Amino acid sequence: MIATEKKVFTRSPVLTPNITHYCPGCGHGIVHRLVAEAIEHYGIRERTVCVAPVGCSVLAYKYIDIDMSEAAHGRAPAVATGIKRARPDLFVMTYQGDGDLAAIGTAEIVHAANRGENISAIFVNNAVYGMTGGQMAPTTILGQKTTTTPTGRAANEGPPIKVCEMLGTMDAPSYIARVTVDKPAAVRKAKQAIITAFGRQLDNKGFSLVEVLSPCPTYWRLPPVKAVKRIEEWMVHTFPLGVYKDKEAENA
Amino acid sequence: MSGNDAVVEGAIRAGLDCYFGYPITPQNEIIAGMAARLPPLGRVFLQSESELAAISMVHGAAAAGKRAMTTSSSPGVSLMQEGISYLAGSRLPAVIVNIQRGGPGLGNIAPAQGDYFQATRGGGNGDYRTIVLAPDSAQEMLDFTFEAFDLADQYRSPVLVLSDGRLGQMMEPVELRDPPARKRVEKPWALTGAKGRDAFFICSLRLPVPELAEHNRVLQKVYREIERREPRAEAYRTDDALLVFTAYGASARLCREAVDLLRDEGLKAGLLRPITLWPFPHKKLLASLKKAKTLVVTELSYGQMLDDVRLAVAERVPIEFLGYAGGEAPSIKELVALGRKLLKKSRRKNASKGKRR
Repeated sequence: MIATEKKVFTRSPVLTPNITHYCPGCGHGIVHRLVAEAIEHYGIRERTVCVAPVGCSVLAYKYIDIDMSEAAHGRAPAVATGIKRARPDLFVMTYQGDGDLAAIGTAEIVHAANRGENISAIFVNNAVYGMTGGQMAPTTILGQKTTTTPTGRAANEGPPIKVCEMLGTMDAPSYIARVTVDKPAAVRKAKQAIITAFGRQLDNKGFSLVEVLSPCPTYWRLPPVKAVKRIEEWMVHTFPLGVYKDKEAENA
Repeated sequence: MSGNDAVVEGAIRAGLDCYFGYPITPQNEIIAGMAARLPPLGRVFLQSESELAAISMVHGAAAAGKRAMTTSSSPGVSLMQEGISYLAGSRLPAVIVNIQRGGPGLGNIAPAQGDYFQATRGGGNGDYRTIVLAPDSAQEMLDFTFEAFDLADQYRSPVLVLSDGRLGQMMEPVELRDPPARKRVEKPWALTGAKGRDAFFICSLRLPVPELAEHNRVLQKVYREIERREPRAEAYRTDDALLVFTAYGASARLCREAVDLLRDEGLKAGLLRPITLWPFPHKKLLASLKKAKTLVVTELSYGQMLDDVRLAVAERVPIEFLGYAGGEAPSIKELVALGRKLLKKSRRKNASKGKRR
């Protein structure tokens, strides 16, 4: 007798069948999937507009099958603000990397958060500039070697910027959390955080952001498995996981 | 009302949906006017954290299919160049009003026209142009702001209204009217959520070489069409003019008065005022020079529009140039004296030519 086959996984219909261009071991593929599954969870694909990032995931529109707008590097929260204010009925999100969100776009994310702008930001932090070839990011860890910190990030280049901690001090945001995708349990938690964040916008509760610690084997100069392990060994100490702002819990 | 207030009036009449802006002198009456008037109409007003953000918010609202605008003054418009390039590359309609002030850098808050090159050459990166409308009265501040929205939609391109602090602050009577509207165009490309259609990606990004090359060809085709259809200028007493002034905006008002005073003395002066700075009205300028012996170019800058005049006129007539900056401007007396001198000189030259024959 042949056991009945049980389907345990299906690609979300919000993803396209395209094969991604990401390096082996990159976290973007997982994060794309989680975003797509969260959109599917709420059944909002047909009213979602995402502001596309500048960086490795600049081609995200090829993989997530939703309306997207480009933004100049760092300006995604401002473009998203424009869309959301113009069409409050749409679900509007940004997908941004660390250079985009925490260096060139610091002003835009801080002020979108401070306005309590009713948008959701997915912030993929891999502590390095990937697209341009591995330079120091605002979130590069002290001592981490990059092409522009060849002997390691030094103190006078500043310690890494902690976005969740910074935005968590504000009154307006509804939900700010940091997650990672280094093991299956963590991926499930990350998905839950993204679902919570999106839910806040759908309930008109205001700004939400989920920071995802994500591996970059290529510019961490590590094989994929070691890069994934590195998140727990090395990244989480600087960027502790957790919920940094939860207005609903505070109000409860 | 002031020219700045007229901008607000024109934009609201044109059906502005979303305004985003950042304070800067001398255009603060516009942002304050928008803040007071848009919310009661159920339209969007938002003060942004910077000009970079303001133009990106305009980008978002335009991508969502709405009529969006921002206003600023010279240093602020410099910051917006990033966003204007992205708007042009993404083929998004938007209206940007520049109430120019003295530069470079922080300069001062006095009226100037130093942003002509930035406005007419596509001030950001890449090979693009934007229609530039140059009002010379509060009435035209209203009319041109209104028209800018139609032009932007028609050509799917950002449109600039290039004014200056003098026109913005000056009060004069304005007829509250809707200028003739163009046909309102549909926006089937707008981001609305991919319902019953494929997902859209509105972008300037075209990584493969053939795609970006083709995209640029499409843009250039649009620009050629604009050059064919939209050049505009006002010819004032040029039919028999032996001396033609050419100037735009606030400078043109001074020249018009000088022309009238010269005419009172029986001297044949005229004014050709470019209304669209891009596309520059080459043909209209040439047509105004049929009898002209001299052309006087006046700007509140040191020879920016002069380049376009030279491209149009070449060596056909001698060109005299008067440039000012930092808030200085020619006095009407000075313009009249120059006109008188040049007209008498050309008369003498003609007379001596006659003798030789």
